[in-house]
Order: sequence, then C-alpha cells, then structure tokens
Amino acid sequence: MTNSAFYVRKEMLPQSPPPAREAGAIKWARENLFSSPLNAILTLAGVFSVLWLFWEFTPWFWRSVWHANTLAECRDIITAAYGEGVTGACWAVIKERWPQYLFGFYPSDLYWRPVLAFILMFVALAPILFTSVPRKMLWFTMSYPALAFWLLWGGSIWIPVVAMAGFAIGYLAAKVALPVGGAIGATILAIVAPVVWWVVLAGAVADLLDQILPIAIEGVRSREFGGFILAFTIGVTGIVASLPLGILLALGRQSDMFLVHKFAVGFIEFIRGVPLITLLFTASLLLNYFLPPGTDFDIILRVIIMVTLFAAAYIAEVIRGGLAALPKGQYEAADSLGLDYWKATRLIIMPQALKISIPGIVSTFIGLFKDTTLVVFVGLLDPLKGITDAVRATTDWKGIYWEPYIFVGSIFFLICFGMSRYSMYLERKLKTDHR
Amino acid sequence: MKKSVLFGALAATTMLAGAAAAQGTTTLDTVKARGELNCGVNTGLVGFAAPDANGNWQGFDVALCKAVAAAVLGDASKVVYVPTTSADRFETLTSGKIDLLVRNSTWTFSRDNDLKMDFVGVNYYDGQGFMVRKDLGVSSAKELNGATICIQTGTTTELNLADYFKANNMTYTAVTIETNAEGEQQYIAGACDAYTTDASGLAATRAAFADPENHIILPEIISKEPLGPAVRHGDNQWGDIVRWTLNALIAAEEYGITSANIDELAASSQNPEVKRLLGSSDDLGAMMGLDKEWAKRAIKASGNYGEIFEATIGSATPIGLARGLNAQWTQGGLLYTPPFR
Amino acid sequence: MAAVSDEPKASFRLSMLIYDTRYRSFTIQFVVLCLVMAGAGWLIDNLLRNLSALGRGVDFGFLTSRSGYDISQTLVEYTNDSTHARAWLIGLLNTLLVAFLGCVAATILGIFAGVLRLSKNWLVARIMTVYVEVFRNVPLLLWILMIYAIFTDVLPAPNAFRGENPEATMSLFGTAAFTNRYTAVPWVSFTNSAGWLDLGVVWISLDLTLIVGAIVGGFLTNRFLIKRAATIQEATGKRPATWWQSILALFGPIIVVFLALGADFEVPELKGFNFVGGLQVSNSLVALWLALTLYTASYIAEIVRAGINAINKGQSEAAFALGLRPGRTMNLVILPQALRVIIPPLISQYLNLTKNSSLAIAVGYLDVRGTLGGITLNQTGRGLEAMLLLMLTYLAISLTISAGMNIYNRSVKLKER
Repeated sequence: MTNSAFYVRKEMLPQSPPPAREAGAIKWARENLFSSPLNAILTLAGVFSVLWLFWEFTPWFWRSVWHANTLAECRDIITAAYGEGVTGACWAVIKERWPQYLFGFYPSDLYWRPVLAFILMFVALAPILFTSVPRKMLWFTMSYPALAFWLLWGGSIWIPVVAMAGFAIGYLAAKVALPVGGAIGATILAIVAPVVWWVVLAGAVADLLDQILPIAIEGVRSREFGGFILAFTIGVTGIVASLPLGILLALGRQSDMFLVHKFAVGFIEFIRGVPLITLLFTASLLLNYFLPPGTDFDIILRVIIMVTLFAAAYIAEVIRGGLAALPKGQYEAADSLGLDYWKATRLIIMPQALKISIPGIVSTFIGLFKDTTLVVFVGLLDPLKGITDAVRATTDWKGIYWEPYIFVGSIFFLICFGMSRYSMYLERKLKTDHR
Repeated sequence: MKKSVLFGALAATTMLAGAAAAQGTTTLDTVKARGELNCGVNTGLVGFAAPDANGNWQGFDVALCKAVAAAVLGDASKVVYVPTTSADRFETLTSGKIDLLVRNSTWTFSRDNDLKMDFVGVNYYDGQGFMVRKDLGVSSAKELNGATICIQTGTTTELNLADYFKANNMTYTAVTIETNAEGEQQYIAGACDAYTTDASGLAATRAAFADPENHIILPEIISKEPLGPAVRHGDNQWGDIVRWTLNALIAAEEYGITSANIDELAASSQNPEVKRLLGSSDDLGAMMGLDKEWAKRAIKASGNYGEIFEATIGSATPIGLARGLNAQWTQGGLLYTPPFR
Repeated sequence: MAAVSDEPKASFRLSMLIYDTRYRSFTIQFVVLCLVMAGAGWLIDNLLRNLSALGRGVDFGFLTSRSGYDISQTLVEYTNDSTHARAWLIGLLNTLLVAFLGCVAATILGIFAGVLRLSKNWLVARIMTVYVEVFRNVPLLLWILMIYAIFTDVLPAPNAFRGENPEATMSLFGTAAFTNRYTAVPWVSFTNSAGWLDLGVVWISLDLTLIVGAIVGGFLTNRFLIKRAATIQEATGKRPATWWQSILALFGPIIVVFLALGADFEVPELKGFNFVGGLQVSNSLVALWLALTLYTASYIAEIVRAGINAINKGQSEAAFALGLRPGRTMNLVILPQALRVIIPPLISQYLNLTKNSSLAIAVGYLDVRGTLGGITLNQTGRGLEAMLLLMLTYLAISLTISAGMNIYNRSVKLKER
C-alpha cells in the first residue's frame, strides 16, 4: 500500500504557548477574580474597600509620633510637621506607659519575675504541646503552677511547696491504700488525705518550715497586678483549671445516674445562662455574703474561680458534643472488652472525644482569654479599659483614644490568633481518618 | 478571728488580702494587726485620685488615706489603694474589703442609713453643675430645654438632673457614660450639649481641655454634694478616728500648722489648742485608742488641709479650683472644725 | 414442693452498696446529694448570718418605690416617677431589642461571610478570612468601644446641620440625619391613633397590634391562596394565576390599616438643640448592635463554613452532574443539609449574643444590666436582691432560647438505631 497522501507531517510542531488569556496572571485573574459577572462585581467591591481603608488610615499611621511627654506635645509635633488640623498617631503614650500595659502596678524592680514565669510557662508547656520533648519534663510541668505562683506573688516559698505537697500526699495515700483497701478505698483516701492536709496541717507546717528555713522573696499583692500579667494570670489559670472540671461536668451530664445528671445539667445551664459580668459582679460583691463572716479571700482568686466555672460549663458542652459524636460501637466495644466505666472512659472514650472536641475547646480557651478584659467591671485593671482609663485619668494623656486600643487589640489578636492556628495544626496532626 | 477551717487553709495557700473586720474585733485592731490600711479610692479622677506612671496614687482623696494611715499606723505609705467603681464602692466597704472609702461620695440620708455606712465628715463641699460650649449661646441652665446631656451613671447626679429638669418643666436626653474619660470624649465631640457632674469635676475636666476658653461652666449649682469619707456603720471608734483625722487637717490650717513648721510648733508653740492637737500637752489620742502624736503624723503626711488642696486641686495645679465653699470659716467658707479639747 | 426452691436467696449485704454495680450508683447518688445539700446549707447559713450581722434582710420592697432616674430609650411608657420594677422592664425590653436586632443582622451577615469565604473568588475569600480572624480574635469590648468612638468622632454633631451654610447636610433626600448622638429618620405618626390598652403591668399599643395583625393576616391569607392554587393544580393540571391575589392579600390589609389610622410620615427637623420629630435611634444602640453583629457574625461565618464543609463533596458533585448551577446547588442541595449541622451552634451563638449585650454598660446603653443591675442597684444599694433578679432574668431568656433549640434539634435529628 503506497502512501497516497500528498502531505504528511513528519515531525511534531513545537508546542505553541496557550492563548494569552489562558495563561499566567491573566488566567489566574480570570479564574479567581472575574469568573462571572457577580464575581467581578465582588472583586471590584473588595478592591475598592481595601483601597479605601488603606487610603483612610495609612496617613494617620504614617504621621506617628514616638517621642513626646504629653498628648499636647504630640499634637504640637504633628502640627509643626504636617500643618494645622492634621491628625496622626501618638504612640508616645505606649512608649511611656508600656510597663503599665504589661505589668500594671507591679513593682518595677521585680519585672523579671513575671517575665521569668512567662518564659518558664513555655518550658512547662513544651512536653504537652510537642511530643518530641523528653517525658521527664512533665515533672517540671507539674510543679510549674507552684513555681509560677511563687514568682508572681512572692512571699515564702513554703506556701506553694506545702500546697503542692497535698497532691503528692494524695498520690502516696492511694499507693499505700491500694493493696489494703482496694480501688474504692484508695480513691477515697486519695481525696480525703490531701483535703485533711490542706485544711488541718498545711498552714502549720508551712509556718514551721518557714521558721526553720526562711526562704522568701518580696511579696506582691494582687491589687498591684494589672495589664497583661493580670490577663495572663487569670486566663492561663482559668484554662488549666477549666479543662478537668469541664471533663467531669461533661461526664456528669452523660451519666446514667439521675441525680448526678440533673446536678450537672443544672450547673451547666445556670452558668451558661447568665452573662459573665453578672458572675464577676457576684464574685466581687456578693461572694462575701455566702462565706463565713470575716472571710475575705483574694479578688484575683475569686475572679479566677468564676472565670474557671464559666469556661468549664462551656467546655463541658463542647466535650459532650464530642462524646455524642463518637459512634455507639466504641462504647459497646469497650463494654465487650470488660472494661469498667473509668477504664473505658480513660482509655477508649475520652481520647477520641477530646480529639473531636479540640477546635471547640481551643475556641473556648480563646473566649476565656478575651473575657479577661471584663474584669474591669469589678475594678481590676485589665489592659484594655482598666489601664487605659487610668492612663487617660492623668493630665498628660487626657483625651487619647485610639492608640491604646489599637495596641492592646493587636496583642490580643496575636495571642488568640496564635492559639487558633495551633489548634488547627493539632487537628491536622491528630487526624486519623482519610476522607 | 473566726474563719472557717477550710478557708483558713485557702488563706494560707492563696495569698489572702487579710481577713476583714470579724465579729468581736474592731477595725482599728484589724488595721493595726494587718499593718496596712485598705482605702477605697476612685479608679482614676484627675486631682482626686489617680495613679501616676510609677503606680503611686496621688490626689486630694488619696491624701486623706495617707493621713489616716499615718495617724493609725505611723507610716503614711502603709496604704493599699483599692480602686472602686461608682457601682461597687459601697458594697466594697460594707463587705469589709476596705476600711475606709474616700471616693468623692456624696453624703446622703439613704446612704448613711439604708446602706449601713457612716459618713464621718466632709472633705469637699461640692455641687452639681453644667458645662457647655461657649458657642452654644447658653448662659443659664434654665435654657437647656431639649438638650442632650452627658451624665455619669451610678451617681447621685442622675437623680438630681431628673429632679431639676422636672422642677423647671424641661425635657432632656441623657447620654449615660461609665467613666469620666468617656464623658469628656463624648462632650468634646459634641455628642452632648452639656456635661454635668460635680462642679469640681467640671473644673478639672475643663482645665485639661486643649481649649478651656471655649467652654463655660453655667452659674446654676443644682444640688448640694458634700463629699466625704465613709466607714462601716457600727464601729464608732474607727469612725471617730477618721473624723478627727480629717478635723485635725482642717484645724491645722486654721492654726497655721504646716508640714514645714510642725516640728517647730510642736516643740515651742504656746497656743494651748495647738499643743493639745499636736500632743505636746494633753494625750487626746488615747481617748480613741491612738498614741499622743497621731495628729502630728497625720498632718505631716501631706500637710494641712490647705496644703493638700493647693498641691492636688488648687489654683496652682492644672485643675485650678478656687477654695470657694472649702475655705476656712474665717475666710467665708464652710470648714469649721469642732474644738480639740 | 420444697425441693425446687434451692436457688440461693439473694441476700443483701452492706458491702454490695459499694461493690455491686446495681447498687453502687445509688450510693454515689446518695453521697452526691448529701454533699450538695451540705454545701447549699452551708452557703445559706452563711448568708443568713452575714445579713443579720449587717442588720439587713433580703427585701424586694425597693421594686415598688419610685425610681427617680430617667432612661433615654424607652420602648414603653416610663418616667422618673415610675417604679424600679418598671425600670427593670424597660431594661429588659432594651436588652431584648438589641439582642433581636443583633441576631437577625448577625445571621444574615454571617451566612454571607461564611459562603463568601468558600467562594472561588480569591480576593473575596481572603477579605472574608481577614474579617473573620480579626473579629474573632479581639475582645468584643474593644469592638464596642471602638465602634462607639468612631460614631462619636466621625459623625457631625446636630449643631453642624445649622445655619445658612451647614457643615453637614441631611441624607436620603433631606429626610434622615446621621449625627454623633443618634440617627434621626422619618417615622410614621398616626393622626387618629387607636391608643393604648392598659394591662396593668404593660400598656400595649393598639396601633402596633393592628399593624402586626394586618401583616400576619395577610401572610396567612397568602399561604392559603398558594395552597389552594397547588390543590387546583394537582387536581386539574392548571395553576390559576395567584399573583394579583397575593399582592392584594399581602399589602391590602396593611394599607387599609395605615389609612384608617391616618398615617403620616414625620420628617425630623432641627429645633433647638436637637432634631425633633421622626424617630431617633441612639448611637449607643447602633454601636452596640453593630459591634455585636460584626463580632457574632464572624463566629456564625465559621459555623456556616464548617456546616457546608461537613456536607460530603459527593453531594455537590451529584448536583453538578444534574446540571445545577453553583448558586442553585448551594440553595437547593448544600444549605438544606448543612442547616442541620449549623442550627445548634447557631442558636448557641444567639445565646452568646444576648448575654454579651450586657456589655451595653460600656456605651451607656441602658439594658437590663444597666437599669436593674446598674442604676437601681446603685441608688438603692440592694446588691444581693438586684443581682439575683438580674441573673434570673438572663436565665429565663437563655432557657427560653435553649428550649426552642432543643425542640428544633429533636425535630431535625437524624434518627439513629
């Protein structure tokens, strides 16, 4: 068969580039920005609003003043540089007052203590956040609360040591009682022994140790706390304490036992039903009515308790969601293995439920941290309004408005955004299903 | 000290701010045992109580806290300042978290009786007034019909304002604000036509404006606002201590005792009243459970009433208040202390 | 007869209370009950002892005494001669108003933001991400203060509208004025108003009742018409034209009511210090509402996004395979399924918004926290009683919302084995 065709191409043509509108930036823009008339309108609106914001606010930021002693001086500098009637940012207030925003009225020669506590917090968190850190570090993590307390408030070292000893005593009591009294006896003893220790013995022992070996650093009182160390103290303690409490409440709510279920539901619904400010107000004003005459304990502690209870109720609901989302087969599988309630919960149910609940838990934590700003309504100096109002109450900085809010808002944003990013990382890391 | 065992332990482990007055003990004993005076002050009001950059509280009210601490504890620096909001100040006092409230609080019948507090004196005679912009063309509060008025919530000013407008058959719109700083912001921006609060507060606010000459304080004073220190009802000894510390400061001005010449006068003055006051002759302090030199220390802490006034809110300060009603009775004011004898 | 009953008799021993799972739960519950009772008893005992030491009891008598203060925004009749109880009601209505407006606006904005965040449009998706992240990660209090400050600083004072050459002019064809105190808009007034119906505690506006009645009546009639049309269509295959009937049913009654009441649009005008006439919406309400809306909408956006993502991708692929356009896929396939996932967290956001409205104190909006828990508490000094009532008020609102949520949840729940 002869080749009857007139012309046969022997070699391939060189690949020609795709049409201009189907390549590069134009293609990307066509697909991502102008794929339909509606999209085009949205894009233009978006571009317009971004440009507008930029146009409105950049000049103000551009005309920043960093060196001035009063707001009036600040305004004079701006007027001198850019003419009459021009406004600009006066960051000098932050420059002058930043210690108060960070530390409140904490004694300035002791700033290293909260800073050290803050740095050590990351060391303590490391073994929890990253699995590659040696497990031995967990011991440091467990003793961190006492250490942080001592660094922040100062005073005798024996108070936190004795308080922590309660946990050790509980553990030892359980160990000793296990062979004698069985699991039940050990549990009871593990609860009763520390309580007895704290209530009856701890105070006396701390005093005694203090006399034998007085190790103490300068004490700082709660009223001197303010700004971000206040937010951190309340926020971090609340976060740490609310998780276990929330888990217990969630289990209580899922419980088959009528009374336990009802109490848990009642507590959760009550706490979730009222705004945090009313709880804080109760803590600051009314708690004294409910305590024995003459008791008065620290305002920060009271606020922490309320914030913890508040967050715990939310966490309980988040974890309940996680528990409900577990397939029923998991419970049945645990039962069929003959695990008792606590074993099943600890080994099968909770790890899965917690994993599902991570986003919710972290967003509750973020909410808790943001809610620390509300303590201003009970007279504590939170960074957002408390310190800002105190700064504005001085003649120098009367009338300053935007700069402190922007500064405090940015710090809150960085922290909360960081937390939410970490939770996404954790979610991805723990993801085991392959959808 | 009657504390529950459980909270006793909590106390040990959680940094107690100190037990408040328990049944059977007096405030004086509690304060002495604690070694510090818990004094409730404003969260921040220029001239009266505000922390400076180093966190040291300063102001007219703060000076009285210092004087009491000096009289009772012998050291004016042994004061814990507890910032209180207008909403929580009285509960803070009655619940025992503070020993003394000096927070521009108006002495009223119901506060004295219903709220179980005792006002022990007046450290500043004030009255509620109005501030308006000059270009508004208003020269009397009677012309404010239909105006929008900024007012701080949780104070007696709200009730006075309602009463005043009702009595004059006028209407108004209230813009309620929470703190003085916010009130100024609203007023400067023109969100309200008039700003009303105590006349001293108005003067302080106006003084801090960039253009004080464009604002006027209207002549009408619509209420009596005797601002004074308050203590818990029922502990008369403690009330007497605060009352007479305040009186000592006022008397010191009357007799010409200043922080500068006090040591000299204590040693050499021949005026029997001065000698009694400063403990050079009689021991008045013992009658209320203090030592001889209580008043001397109180006056030394930040000077006599006049010195405190001039240093914190007087005409030399940016606030620039005139003495007015708060001058000595000999100068046409209302300050008239009972005799020390 | 006797030989059969050899089965061991289950005797009860005390130790079974602990070791036998059948009885253990009773033991635990008993212990819990005892602890809770003891705790409550301890608290109440302390309370009584403290109150007697202070020489005062729990007394709600202040509720019936004269309040003496004014409230700038009152939805129902109130003067400073009214009682504290009435001030409480005014505050409650103000709370409910801002919460309701906030919930509606946050839902709309949240759904938009959530859907747009998943949009294929790169820029819009990024902008929405920035919006959501910025608003979620900064305390609400800051947004409330900032938005209020923006209103105060940027908008003109009423004074600026005055004179020959005013610095500011009224918007919307000279009918509305945006000032830094309030937004004054035209509002209907009735020349022959039907008046108020006095029910003792509340007065009910008969005008409002008539208007609501007309709207609801028109809506129901319209539904009936459509249903009938559908029945006819099924029976005969022909659908009768209903559009003119619908229009008549929907708008007829309301027009009749307005005419009967003598409705008249009142345009605000500057008189004296302020705008008079029309409706003045205070900036504290608008700022609070806007802040609550923007903040909550950022959460709702995330809920909506999560809800849409939760729907299996196959669903949208199937819809595309059927030839549905993306918009219709979203409306007809994805959203109805996503709603089941979205609704429960959405309602808990409504709850949060309602509770967050108690931050109104920061902008001086007198909600129930501001009246009962603020001024009333301060003026009477009855902290314990006022806080108790305040908590009960919020609790009642929250429980009502959660009850609604539970009912809804039950009705849409997928039935499992």
